[in-house]
This record gives sequence, C-alpha cells and structure tokens, in this order.
Amino acid sequence: MANAAKMQVTDEVAIQITAMNKWYGQFHVLRDINMTVNRGERIVVCGPSGSGKSTLIRCINRLEEHQAGTIMVDGTELTSDLKNIDKVRSEVGMVFQHFNLFPHLTILENLTLAPIWVRKTPKREAEETAMYFLEKVKIPEQALKYPGQLSGGQQQRVAIARSLCMKPRIMLFDEPTSALDPEMIKEVLDTMISLAEDGMTMICVTHEMGFAQAVANRVVFMDQGQIVEQNEPKEFFANPKSERTKLFLSQILGH
Amino acid sequence: MSNSHFVRTQMLPPQKPPVGETGVIKWMRENLFSNWFNTLLTFLGLWAVYALVSGSAPWFLNGVWTASSVDECRAIIAASAGEGASGACWAMINERWHQFMFGFFDREEYWRPLLAFGLLFVALSPVLYFNLRRPTMIMTAGAGVVLVMLLWAVGTDGWHLSLAAVLMAALAALAWVAPKKLLWVTLAFPATAFFLLWGGSVWAPIGVMLGFGIAVLVWRSLVSVIGVSPAAGVAALTALIWWGFVQGHVTGFLANALPFFSLPAEDSDRFGGFLLSFVIGVSAISASLPIGILLALGRRSDMFLIKTLSVGFIEFVRGVPLITMLFTASLLLQYFLPPQTNFDLILRVIILVSLFASAYIAEVIRGGLAALPRGQQEAADSLGLDYWQAQRLIIMPQALKVAIPGIVSSFIGLFKDTTLVALVGLADPLQGVTKVVKADIAWKAAYWEPFIFVGAIFFIFCFSMSRYSMYLEQKLKTDHR
Repeated sequence: MANAAKMQVTDEVAIQITAMNKWYGQFHVLRDINMTVNRGERIVVCGPSGSGKSTLIRCINRLEEHQAGTIMVDGTELTSDLKNIDKVRSEVGMVFQHFNLFPHLTILENLTLAPIWVRKTPKREAEETAMYFLEKVKIPEQALKYPGQLSGGQQQRVAIARSLCMKPRIMLFDEPTSALDPEMIKEVLDTMISLAEDGMTMICVTHEMGFAQAVANRVVFMDQGQIVEQNEPKEFFANPKSERTKLFLSQILGH
Repeated sequence: MSNSHFVRTQMLPPQKPPVGETGVIKWMRENLFSNWFNTLLTFLGLWAVYALVSGSAPWFLNGVWTASSVDECRAIIAASAGEGASGACWAMINERWHQFMFGFFDREEYWRPLLAFGLLFVALSPVLYFNLRRPTMIMTAGAGVVLVMLLWAVGTDGWHLSLAAVLMAALAALAWVAPKKLLWVTLAFPATAFFLLWGGSVWAPIGVMLGFGIAVLVWRSLVSVIGVSPAAGVAALTALIWWGFVQGHVTGFLANALPFFSLPAEDSDRFGGFLLSFVIGVSAISASLPIGILLALGRRSDMFLIKTLSVGFIEFVRGVPLITMLFTASLLLQYFLPPQTNFDLILRVIILVSLFASAYIAEVIRGGLAALPRGQQEAADSLGLDYWQAQRLIIMPQALKVAIPGIVSSFIGLFKDTTLVALVGLADPLQGVTKVVKADIAWKAAYWEPFIFVGAIFFIFCFSMSRYSMYLEQKLKTDHR
C-alpha cells in the first residue's frame, strides 16, 4: 500500500535526543530518553496513557521544557534561547489531538497566517501555497468556511495542511485520530500515509497499529516515562521482547 | 406477534407541525394563560402597567415648553388642564439646554464641540465597522447630517456651518471610496478634538501627536534589531524626552513664526454638562481598553516582576472607590507634581478615571483569556509565531470576543460614572449643571425635569453601546452552533 521506493531513510540526522529528562514538579515524567531520528524516518510512538509519549514529542518543539539532557533538531539545540525555539518551531510542524484550528479565521486564513507573519511570504503566494495543500488534503472547496462548519476529519486534514504550509522538514503528530469518529479516521490516516510517501520525517503518537504496520519503519514503545522497546514494526508486533510490551499489545490488539 | 425483521424501503419526507401548535394563539396560551395562577399574574401585570401609564401620562402630556419660570409653567397648566393638574415644566430645559450640553462654553464657539462630536463618529466608524464600506459610509454621512442640523440649531454662522458641511461631505465621500483611509481620521482625532475644544495654537496638539509619531518611528527602526519590548521601552523614552524637553521650544517657535491657525482658548473650567461627560468618557474608554489588555496579559505573564506589578495595580485600583481616585486627582496629585506645573484638572481626572476603568477591563479580559482552550496558544507556538504575534492574531481576537458583554458593561458604567466628577467641583450634567440652573430663582422649584432629560440622553447613548455590542457579537460569531 505505501510506496516504498520514495520512502527512503537517509543517514542525515534530523533529531538527536540525548539523556533527556523532564519533571513536572516532583514527578519524573521522562527518564533518560535517548533517541535518534534520521531524515525520512517515520516513527510511531505508542504506550499506555500517562507513559509520557505526548510529552516526549511536545519537547521536540519546546511546547514543554526539558530539564536535563539535550535535544538537537536540525542541528539547532533547544535551550531557553527564544530565537532558536522560534527557528525550530518554524521547521517542525505539529498536529494536535483536538486540531486546534483558529476558530475566528477562515480555513484559508488559518493556512496563510503563519507563512505571512513568520515567513513574511507575500499574501498572494501564501494563498497559492495554501490552496495547493488544501487540494492535497482533498478539501479545496472548504477554503472560505470557518473551522466550526467542518467535520472533525476535515478539521484535522486542515490542521495537517496548516502545518505543511510552513514547509516543515519534520512533522509531529500527537494522537491525530483519537478525537475522531470511526468513519473519519481513515481519511486522516490516508492523508498521513500520502505524506509519508512524499518522504516526510514523521513522529507520530498513535494507537492506530494498522498505520504503524503500513508506514512506520520504527515503532517505539514507552512506559513510565522511558523507552521500553523499539523495533521495526514487523518484529515489534510479531515478536515483542519485553513483558510490558506483550501485555500492552495483547490489550490493544486483543479484541 | 414479534417481528424483529424490518427494512425501510422509503425515507420519510418532513411534514408540517399541527396547526394549533404555532402562531400567536399558541404563544399566548403558553406564556400568558397557561394556568389560573399565570392568568392572574397576567392581569395583575396589565393593571400595574395601566396604573403607571395613567399616573404619569398627564404629567408628560400637560408639559409646557415655553415659559419664563416654573410659576408661569404652573399657571399655564392650571389654565389649560384645570386647577390641581400636574405637568412637566420643560420650559426649563428649553431655556437652559445649552448649559446641560456645553456647560459654560462660549456661545459663539458652540460649533467647535459640535464639530468635534461629529468627527468622533467619523473617527469611530472605521473602527466599529472594520472598514466595511457601507456601514462606515452610512455612519459618516449620518454624523454629517446630524452635525449640520445641530450646528444650525445652535445658530452657527454660515461660514463655519458650510465649512463643517463640506468637511463632512468630503469625509463621507472618502468613506465610500476608501474606507480604510478613514483610519487616518481616527489617528488624528485626539489632536483635532483637543484643538477644537481647548483652542489656542494648532501647533501644541500637533507637537503632542508628533511625539507619538517619533515613538512609532523609533520602534519600527529598532524592533527587528533589539526585539519588541526593549524597542517599545526606547520608543516610549524618546517620546517622553520629546514631550518634556523639546516639544515646548519647537511648538512655541512655530506658534510665533506661523501664527495663522489658532482658535480662541477655552479654559477647562468652562467645560460642563454633556460636553464634559463626553470628553472624560470617550478619552477614558479609548485609553482604558489598551491599558486593560496590557494589564490582563501582564497578569498572566511568566515574568515575576511584570506579574506582580499588574496584580498589585489591578487589586489596588479595584479596592479603592472611584471617588477616592477623583479626590486624588483634584487635591493630592498637586502635592506630588513639581510646583508651578499647571496640570489641567480635566486631564488629571481623565488619567485617573482611565486607570480606574482599565483595572476592571483587565479583569474582564482575563475572563475572556481564561475561556480560551490552551491549545490555541500551543497551535500558535507550534507554527513559530512569537509572543506578540500570537497575542495579537490568535489570542486577543478570541478573548475580546468572549469578553464583549463585560467590556461594554464596563464602558457603560464608566460613561455614567463621569457624573461623579461633580464631587471634585466639575459641572457634570446631572448634578453640577442642574445646581447651576436651579440657582436661578425662576427654575428653583423644578425637580424631575432635569433628571429625566439628562437620564434620557444617558439612556440613548448607553443603549446604543449595548445594541452595538450585540451587533458585534453576532458579527463575530463563527462557531455556527
């Protein structure tokens, strides 16, 4: 189903996380995370709720601050330096569980806002780009509507298009299908699959194991704030090594 | 007969509701006469309305508009409606309306506050209607028509009347051709209004506006180099230096070298009535919104100092009665200012009323901010928008929309509170002017008339604000619930 020829993984490092730790007050949410993501890699992060998987990807664009260790994104280290943070954020797209579209702006304005204000793209050009990506997520006819007039699946596709308009080199997905009706999950996953086929570097927190098997080239399993196991999807699902992974898989695949 | 197998072969078309379930009859039956108790209440209510109207109608209907004193009013009423009949003596308003409107402003110069009043609506129109061509044009043209009628009513000379008419016609045309250009009128309005109201040399208000212009220039040239907040600080400092040390010399020189444009000066103690209420109300409303926004953002800031200062200011101001602030303005402030500074009382009152209102506005806006899901800020962050961009483009438009009813309530309250300036010796329309008018032995006996008159005018403006806020809520509604 996925076009494997285009989905080449290169040797170039996109994200390098070294000995990263994070606390919420006294609570140790992320413990000694080490992870390297190469350009073109498609990584699925899964794990029980509260395992820190969302926190992990939110650290990559500094929506959450880490307290120890280093995170390098495209060669830029994330510190409290605001310039670096803005640079990383404009290179890294993020899609949220609850879409987080701007309800007071039309779809087109949602898509052109960041290119115009952050990239200083001329309005005309930004609108052309926006329409191109709306075509790509297959809803160009909704451009002048407001987010509240769209279905959940359509909103999430708009959210993906909004991130793509910034021409990001990395995309983060934070449970993009968890808030959707079953009928709409497929349209969003199809969009993500076509994105993967275009060679986008992706980290996706999701429980859609079908998606993981189809496009991921690595599955990362987290529990209690640490990476418990990571492997190629085939191996991961057929032959989980740790007891914790086995239990998790039996619970989500069991019915 | 159990039949669990069923397949619908045809979908049902929608049908009309039963006849008795719609229309006036149904509404009356449901709302007025649903049971014996509600029926009783309906009749009681009708009786109460009848009693109120029949009691007060003669007083209004017997009203006398032309007389030279309350006694003469009573004589006319007794002659026309019979001995013992009650009636309003509107003659008092008819003869003294100009004091209720303009205080003690020079009668020859009434065109000046009126023109400022007309320009106020022109200046507001692009802001209130988002540069939309039609409503902006209608508001500008409407303000022009009303202005010309008012100018004619106060007996303005032909020269100023035609000047105002031409100016307003030109602005209405501009509103039609390029509504966005009207924003320049908005920007120039504070200086224009100041010049029209207080008079003197035109260069003084231009000098003050230049200070803002300099600040904007400095900010623009520095913002990309040193960032938003430091640039704003340097810009504010430059403007302060200009106002404090440079402006006086420059405008003084210009006033001597080019003495053409000047109007007879009007002192602040000549201001009174609705002129005073509007000067204070409009200035304080337009100043308190931006200050309130900054305070609300400051209160949510991560930076300890900014947060503490904002919280401290808001809590202090909200904890103190407005009257205390007014007394501070009129008495205490003089002690802290360097001697010989003649700091205008109206200006002092405007500043303190603005600060007072901004604390309330800040809390209303904080309510709007709290209503936004956290995801909005995160989405803005994840797209690389910086703090000020995110606030301006994403957070504030939504927070202000939620806060509209509260903000407008604060504005209405502020506008009505301008009558409290009577306590520091300014002639507000309700107490100050009424006292002056009733000092005349001819009108001493009038009681209700000034209150009803002033109340009606306040009601018109407050109700308009409330209707506008409803229009705005409707207009900004994009959630389609």
